[in-house]
Amino acid sequence: MTAAVEFTLPAVNVEEKLFQNRYRIDTGRPHIKVHNADTCTTCELKPCTVCCPAGCWRAEADGKIELVVDGCLECGTCRLVCDEDNVDWNYPRGGFGILFKFG
Amino acid sequence: MEKFDVIVVGAGPSGNGAAYTLAKAGLKVLQLERGESPGTKNVQGAILYSDALEKLIPDFRDSAPLERHVAEQRMWLMDENQSCTGASYRDARFSQEPFNRYTIIRSRFDRWFSEQVKAAGALVVCETTVTGLLRDDAGKVIGVRTEREQGDILADCVILADGANALVGSRAGLRPPIDGKDMALAVKEVLFLPKETLEARFNVGNKQGVVIEIAGNITHGMAGTGFLYTNKDSISIGIGCMLNDLKRQQLTPYQLLEGLKQHPSVAPLIAGAEMKEYSAHLIPEGGYKALPQLVGDGWMIVGDSAGFVNAVHREGSNLAMTSGRFAAECLIELHQAGKPATAANLSGYKQRLDDSFVMADLKKYQHVPDLLNDQPQFLNLYPRLVSDAARDMLIVDGQTKRAKQQHIMAQFRNKRSLLGLLGDAYRFWRAFR
Repeated sequence: MTAAVEFTLPAVNVEEKLFQNRYRIDTGRPHIKVHNADTCTTCELKPCTVCCPAGCWRAEADGKIELVVDGCLECGTCRLVCDEDNVDWNYPRGGFGILFKFG
Repeated sequence: MEKFDVIVVGAGPSGNGAAYTLAKAGLKVLQLERGESPGTKNVQGAILYSDALEKLIPDFRDSAPLERHVAEQRMWLMDENQSCTGASYRDARFSQEPFNRYTIIRSRFDRWFSEQVKAAGALVVCETTVTGLLRDDAGKVIGVRTEREQGDILADCVILADGANALVGSRAGLRPPIDGKDMALAVKEVLFLPKETLEARFNVGNKQGVVIEIAGNITHGMAGTGFLYTNKDSISIGIGCMLNDLKRQQLTPYQLLEGLKQHPSVAPLIAGAEMKEYSAHLIPEGGYKALPQLVGDGWMIVGDSAGFVNAVHREGSNLAMTSGRFAAECLIELHQAGKPATAANLSGYKQRLDDSFVMADLKKYQHVPDLLNDQPQFLNLYPRLVSDAARDMLIVDGQTKRAKQQHIMAQFRNKRSLLGLLGDAYRFWRAFR
């Protein structure tokens, strides 16, 4: 089969991208939550931290997950990639969340 | 409690197609949208296919916010960081009216579409998220629950046009939950450039646009494609991959997009452009085999929510508009005949789909998702061999052309054996015939 890919992708600061977007944050009412935080600490791959296009999910040194939904693009990826079904995922209240200018 | 003939959940292409058709026929329609205004939650490349919209609004060109008509299509096979093999098709007839395809900016387009829906007589309520369905004792859907106070609303039929995540139907048990193996994640940026610069770089005239579809190792061996579309004074650039592949490869979507933007074939086209938005969206790419049940007592499911996407041809919004229109036409017929929206009566919607390009095209490519899942050589090995072959043939270095040709053939045999090549040819033919 093909040789291993030697080329490495550039590092990206996703916050800089999100900074261009328009949001109406529903302060204190995150639309995504973790069902059980302990489950995340035992999850090895933590696909949410890789697949989320907004970088909302971060792995901390102690294996815990930090979730900040302010930059969420509301795609639904984290819900689907979680093998433990540990994501309590809802759309934000009407009118809140990402407001695409171009879409 | 106020009761409607139909409630449409969502104001994307399928919901708008349905609501517009229903309202125009005089039915009492309520359309609910969770965004601040229609379009603020929607993401697409985006190409508009005239045919599907013409069947709803024949004179849409007079007022719709269209960016550029597609004058040229390019197909690129790209590796991760160096080469790009391409073909392009430009046709003078593509630039003769009526134009067949346009680039659009969805939030602008959706707002316009929604204005047409309102003008046709539908009640469109935004900033309202539907959280569930109301059922009677027999299980028939009789309305929706919203998050608003006293937010239950009744209707004879509910059309689920709530998009790729299909939350409403899944949570009500009307369809299985969507599966990560059927979904692609696409990320996209909108990059602004002066109109003149854009036209010079893409070699197009006023109002002409270019569509570039990109395959190959730019997705690092994952099932997926990239795209670059020219708008009036901006470029939509994006890349999408199957979710399960993304998960397996441990690559972030924004890194993939950055890789595409920095590729030597792309970088000069977007140099100096100002990025004004970064977006992401799921695309249901499971095709025919992943379609759920489409109707039941008091409900129908349309558009992305049903999974109507032709991943091979990058079509979705036209299937969405068409499925919305079919759902509406079926309901109008029942309404006029005074018949209830039972599962049996609503099967007319399914019949319309079966008789159209929607189901015919989805059936045609039903084996493609499996092919790309099980046979990764189509995504990484062959594109690499093609680009290697092109490089071998194009470098002039004193080697005979026959020796070059033999070397290329040997590469194909080495990497994939004669039997493997024959098998792949058969598999490819079977999936795409």
